[in-house]
Amino acid sequence: MTAKVHLGRPEGLALLRDMLRIRRFEEACVALYQAEKIRGFLHLYDGEEAVSVGVMRALGPEDGIAATYREHGQAIARGIPMRPLMAEMLGKQEGCCRGRGGSMHIFDRATRFYGGNAIVGGGLPLALGVALADRMQGRKGVTACFFGEGAVDEGEFHETMNLASLWRLPVLFVCENNRYSMGTALERAEAETAIFRKAEGYRVSAEAVDGMDVVSVAVAARRAVERIRETGAPHFLECLTYRFRAHSMFDAQLYRNKEEVVAWRERDPIRRLRAWLEQAGYLHPDDMTRMEAEVDAEVADAIAFAEAGTLEPVENLERFVTMDEVPS
Amino acid sequence: MSGAIRMTYREACRQAIREAVLADPRVFLMGEDVGRYGGCYAVTKGLSAELGEDRILDTPLSESAFVGAGIGAAMAGMRPIVEVMTCNFSLLALDQILNNAATIPHMSGGQFAVPIVLRMATGAGRQLAAQHSHSLEGWFAHIPGLRILAPATVADARFMLAPALADPNPVLIFEHVMLYNMEGEIPAGLAGVDIAHAAVRRPGRDVTLVTYGGSLFKTLAAAEALAAEGIEAEVIDLRVLRPLDTAAIMASVARTRRVVIVDEGWRSGSLSAEIAMRIVEEAFFELDAPIRRVCSREVPIPYAAHLEQAALPQPEAIAAAARGLVRPA
Repeated sequence: MTAKVHLGRPEGLALLRDMLRIRRFEEACVALYQAEKIRGFLHLYDGEEAVSVGVMRALGPEDGIAATYREHGQAIARGIPMRPLMAEMLGKQEGCCRGRGGSMHIFDRATRFYGGNAIVGGGLPLALGVALADRMQGRKGVTACFFGEGAVDEGEFHETMNLASLWRLPVLFVCENNRYSMGTALERAEAETAIFRKAEGYRVSAEAVDGMDVVSVAVAARRAVERIRETGAPHFLECLTYRFRAHSMFDAQLYRNKEEVVAWRERDPIRRLRAWLEQAGYLHPDDMTRMEAEVDAEVADAIAFAEAGTLEPVENLERFVTMDEVPS
Repeated sequence: MSGAIRMTYREACRQAIREAVLADPRVFLMGEDVGRYGGCYAVTKGLSAELGEDRILDTPLSESAFVGAGIGAAMAGMRPIVEVMTCNFSLLALDQILNNAATIPHMSGGQFAVPIVLRMATGAGRQLAAQHSHSLEGWFAHIPGLRILAPATVADARFMLAPALADPNPVLIFEHVMLYNMEGEIPAGLAGVDIAHAAVRRPGRDVTLVTYGGSLFKTLAAAEALAAEGIEAEVIDLRVLRPLDTAAIMASVARTRRVVIVDEGWRSGSLSAEIAMRIVEEAFFELDAPIRRVCSREVPIPYAAHLEQAALPQPEAIAAAARGLVRPA
């Protein structure tokens, strides 16, 4: 844990709670998947919680988010309520996208969440546009653009880095480097494995942080967002992280050994923060029990809401293919 | 006609953009060489100097990034016009157009609209060979969520942009390269057009010729030649390729009972195939003869002038197809 950080009890507990909310929400999703109530792809964020929780703490309501297809954690950390999220997972019309998007396509206008995007790299140009629109309309927003390290292999990454730098757009690029693009290890795909160096090649200020340490991420993100607000120029944050579970529910994980997973689990961001808070005297013995009970209740409520949800009538299948007006 | 204004198609496009940027602070244009250079086809000449570099944005050669940025900006409150130099380059941005622009309104459950206008040049005739001459509007007309426009007249070039920008959905405008130098008249008093309906450009009773874009004037020339032989062809300019104004097509078919479809796209799996099938579905018993098509030959458009022209629909072939229906041998 970064010694220089002055992390108080309320902030520490808030970070812990958000990571726990993501973890427990996804554990419930796995159970619902096994019960065949969630289908399709389900990409879990298990192990990577510190990244979005740390970054989102640095953002305000005026800021925008472009997310990935592994975006449950990004959505929860951003503050999208669990009820419409879980209803979306179950394909109900009470879901945030009325059951049209599912796990990989969470959108939320209220929190400026511009979508989970399942074309790797596809959300990066969108983030440019959101940032450009904010600047053109005189808004002070910063757009946080999440993507995995696999996205840097796409041409869209390089086009986006160049344009963001050339036009000095207020974008915080957050690379969730979990070391595998699906089953292909970093060193089997990258000539330069220090991803942030690629951003530097476009004259974007860039750094790598320990993505298993929520405080490190939060500190780096806060500093970056302050600088972006001040200068208008983009910044690149590479978060070194790891997903504890398979790429999706269809992945037998033949490409990595169990010892590696076990070693990374030792660095579990939730366990790590909890230990630090306990050591610092910020986490009292009954805090954790109470927090777990509250989070479990929130998840249970979301599941009950989703289960009680209704199916969009098939007559509405084509609704929103074209819009009658621009929502405001 | 007194009061009619004569201008080129290029000038009509330019005036439309200028007017749109001046009318709405949310509107801006971006694309490759649209600013200082003045546009690959000189459509935007002078606009950067007049309107400013913050409204007319030169971009690097990054179709995917700047089309995607236009989509993001549209989702966040702007009304971007994005120029893709030719539709052949639009393939570099196809991911953004299909997977984001056309998809996000539905995929987000109606939370976000994508009110973007994409302009691109299309078509052959300038000996630019296979990577600059194809007509891909039919591909885009396949995609739900998009509106596809093909202005053929100077009036449409002048007035289609405003309703396209007012549309809450992504609109793609295909400007045929052979039309930019064409002069035409904007009728006195005309201040706007719709982007929903086809137009009858020449009434006739014997055969319907359905076409759009750069093929309109070849088709009108064919109709003139047919008239000299006593065959009166009705020429329908589709104007809107998606959603198709099928009512206008069926109404004409009901009058003439014979149809030739003229499309610079390739024949296989094409817009012309779609139109023919809709006629079969909706007006089969109105037909007195099989439907004919005049399309581009199924080759990459070649460089040499005689080969290029041989690959494209021509007035003689259009007239021959119509003649064959009205006066079968």
